[in-house]
Amino acid sequence: MSTKLNVLDHAMVPDHKIMSEEEVSELLTLYNITTEQLPKIYNDDPAVKTIGAEVDDVIKVIRASHTAGRAEAFRLVIKRPKK
Amino acid sequence: MPLLEKYDKKVEAATLPQKTKDQLRKFLAEKEISDSQFKQILDKVYAEYKSTRIEACEAVGVIAAQSVGEPGTQMTMRTFHYAGVAEINVTLGLPRLIEIMDARKEPSTPTMTVFLESEYGNDRDKAREVSWQIEAAPLHEFGDITTDMENMHVVVHVNTKVCDKRKISVMDIMEGAPKKIRDRRHYRDFEHEIDEAKATLTFSPKDKESYQNLFQLAEHVRNVIVQGIDDILRVVVRKESGEYILYTEGSNLKDVFDVVGVDTSRTRTNNISEIANVLGIEAARNAIIHEAVSTLNEQGIAVDVRHLMLVSDMMCMEGEVKQIGRHGIAGEKESVLSRAAFEVTVNHLLDAAVANEVDELSGVTENVIVGQPIQLGTGDVKLIAVRQKDN
Repeated sequence: MSTKLNVLDHAMVPDHKIMSEEEVSELLTLYNITTEQLPKIYNDDPAVKTIGAEVDDVIKVIRASHTAGRAEAFRLVIKRPKK
Repeated sequence: MPLLEKYDKKVEAATLPQKTKDQLRKFLAEKEISDSQFKQILDKVYAEYKSTRIEACEAVGVIAAQSVGEPGTQMTMRTFHYAGVAEINVTLGLPRLIEIMDARKEPSTPTMTVFLESEYGNDRDKAREVSWQIEAAPLHEFGDITTDMENMHVVVHVNTKVCDKRKISVMDIMEGAPKKIRDRRHYRDFEHEIDEAKATLTFSPKDKESYQNLFQLAEHVRNVIVQGIDDILRVVVRKESGEYILYTEGSNLKDVFDVVGVDTSRTRTNNISEIANVLGIEAARNAIIHEAVSTLNEQGIAVDVRHLMLVSDMMCMEGEVKQIGRHGIAGEKESVLSRAAFEVTVNHLLDAAVANEVDELSGVTENVIVGQPIQLGTGDVKLIAVRQKDN
């Protein structure tokens, strides 16, 4: 049987990186926003689990953009709400 | 001739998109230019880039909605809802586009494109072997099933030749089948006996009084899936650009990833919620863009990818895939009036009144309703005149 699937190796999954606190505060001052205003990602998202991010971390996603070639996006890790 | 290093560094340092930088490098590499010419080119490129960016306060959402909606009207008129891709039917055209935007849990025709690792992808026989591991095969394909009405038995004679060909041991089938009937088909009122030497498997119902039970049991025995993945009804092997690719009817990304020989970095499905579960929200975002673009392109309609990127971004904002519409993005707007203006007006107004909701009138729709200037374009800019002091 194959080894544990690494989702980050899949062509459709862009690179996810946990941002350090300095990077986050830099980001927030640049756009003059709070972390709550960032797009979200659930803590049980396969990519989040792979990189080992925790709730309240900010994740930098490096996408292969159709228009720009390379684009950075940011997501705040939140707990999946109970249904 | 490679680009001179000093120019390369300057290009890299410029605040331009990666793609533009790459194009600029490619263009400059063939030319011989002076420093001042280079500066002029860079300035020109930068000015051009700035002019193509969307302006602040532009209503990009409305433009995206129009740009997807208008071609949508053309699709209804000339669409075959099904088209055979490798003998497999896939929903296409407007129905598929609606399916994507509605973020359905299960598309009407789930299908996968399974890529194989190079060792398997270049060999037809090996590709076929992988397909057997994936395609759901019921028990009746592996032998003869007879219903013995006299003794109240269902007898399966497993055909060893078929098993050899399909690379599955006879014991696997004989042990797997009863277990699967109990676990997957939730039918437990029977006993079974395995005769290894004769390769026969005998089932008998617990209640031997009724023939109905026997026939019910026979039906379960015939159709129990003993090899492959339950959700994948059919697999077609096709050679494309030098390698064998499997197309499937039915989709189960998680289980297919576990099959030996499957390339887990390229294999994909058209079931977007499955991608969100297995690969994460960012992959789902990419999948929505990819599915929407290919659906539109297949119809010969060119919609700028930026509109679809925006739609996809909105759908994946909150960490899970949300539909466009009243149960998703439109239904979760802050403003009562904005929600009421979309669908089920009375319900929204009633619920808002009961919950004592307040409308801040910060969006566009609300302000149109109450007759105020909207916060878009020039309406969003507050100018304050600073009076110059007399000299």
